[in-house]
Amino acid sequence: MNKKNKVLTRIMGLLIAVGLLLPQSAFAEEAVQEEGGLDVTAMIFEHVGDSYYWHITDFGETSVSMPLPVLVYSQTSGFHCFMSSRFHHGHASYEGLQIAPEGSEYAGKIVETDSNGNEIRPFDFSITKNVAGLIITSILLIWIILHCAKWYKNKDQVSAAPTGFVGTVEMLVSYVYNDVIKPNIPHHTERYAPYLLTAFFFIFFNNLCGLIPGSANLTGNIAVTVTLALFTFFTTNIFGTGAYWSEIFWNKELPAWLRPIMAVIEFIGLFTKPFSLTIRLFANILAGHCALLGVLSVIFLTAVSMPGVGNGVMSAVSVVLGIFLDCLELLVAFIQAFVFTMLSSIYIGLSQAEHHHED
Amino acid sequence: MSLLIPESGLFLWMLLAFVVVLVVLGKFGWPIMTKMIDERARYIDESIAKAKEANEKLEKIQEETAAMLKEAQEKQSSILAEAVNMRNQIVEKAKTDATLAGQKILEEAKQQIEAEKEDAIRDIRRQVGLLSVEIAEKVLRQNLKSDTDQMAMIDRMLDEIKTEK
Repeated sequence: MNKKNKVLTRIMGLLIAVGLLLPQSAFAEEAVQEEGGLDVTAMIFEHVGDSYYWHITDFGETSVSMPLPVLVYSQTSGFHCFMSSRFHHGHASYEGLQIAPEGSEYAGKIVETDSNGNEIRPFDFSITKNVAGLIITSILLIWIILHCAKWYKNKDQVSAAPTGFVGTVEMLVSYVYNDVIKPNIPHHTERYAPYLLTAFFFIFFNNLCGLIPGSANLTGNIAVTVTLALFTFFTTNIFGTGAYWSEIFWNKELPAWLRPIMAVIEFIGLFTKPFSLTIRLFANILAGHCALLGVLSVIFLTAVSMPGVGNGVMSAVSVVLGIFLDCLELLVAFIQAFVFTMLSSIYIGLSQAEHHHED
Repeated sequence: MSLLIPESGLFLWMLLAFVVVLVVLGKFGWPIMTKMIDERARYIDESIAKAKEANEKLEKIQEETAAMLKEAQEKQSSILAEAVNMRNQIVEKAKTDATLAGQKILEEAKQQIEAEKEDAIRDIRRQVGLLSVEIAEKVLRQNLKSDTDQMAMIDRMLDEIKTEK
């Protein structure tokens, strides 16, 4: 068991090390490909956005990427299921479906053409890069946590606390559980702890995985963060107590004339809370990725604009800044997971309000 | 702007993935860990409370021991004092007893001496009486050798009786 943990720790360390080193080599290929200079915006959007291929790298003219399954339901032509390689990177259409070209309303997405010649989007639940990444990280997360949970078998409170990787995970679990969840939700802690712990580790793990070059940018995708925020929204409001609702719509602690105004504000607040959760996580991660990619692009921009010594100096600066930003992103990965969990538990804690005793 | 619009496909997959992760970990992951964390915390709290209690008990025992030791010392000294007292008393009593016994013996001796003295005196008196009677007989025999003497004697004696009457 101990040896296994050591191996796991080493793999994690290696992944982080690769994460710090790989971006330069990955982008170097693209710089060669685009001779007239690098289209930074397109490059960044390609990295933070979704795709029907899992693009790994380019060797000269050849793009190394993994095709992914396309699953589409069209109201006109029914179900479609094929590998995205059929599109030949957007150059061909298949079964009446094609990837919308640049400039289109649905650029980069699968569209079909209706009888009037308009582009319409079929219902698209393809295994895109993000979905594939999501499945991989979810399985990994389940495996990691169950691996840690297995350690506790045949152990009781008298046994020594875990060390190594399991110890690290327990430290995080105990931190979130004891210092975030319990103080905010003193009653029914066991009802909400599984959700909040899952949310914390899901976000934290995906934040970290998102830092690995070539991986999917999941927590920087609004569909992912909105799902998480909706979970918090429904958990908060479905199990809300009567006192919680009366505090929202008729807060007896306020003067009577203020109550209707506050009711409106509080009602809007119900929806701004999950909205802010969505945007905060999504924007922080997306911005971090964009900043990192932008800083690293300096190497290739200066290669064209000031070749020679200038490029060398700027490359060094860019690498140093890149390392700094990567470290910062590691910090942000934790902070954003923590903030999301913290705010979620505060919202849930508020919804568990008890009636105040009249003094 | 495509970045700001949630993709319905990804949303569905995310929903599914998150629910699966939540259910699996919520059933087989977190409860085991949080239960252990809670139990360990409780165990540590209990252990600290127990250690505190034990310390208090130890202190109490130490106090009790000290008190017992002190008491024992006090008892010892009191017993010693009592013993000294008793010894003194015994010696005193023995002394008085001895004196009393001596006195008694002395008295008895005195009484015996007295009694013997009296016996002796009585004996002597008797002897003296007998002797005097014998002497008187002899004297009388000497003096009453003649009838006149006898008559004179009788007369004198009768006179004496008369005067007495």
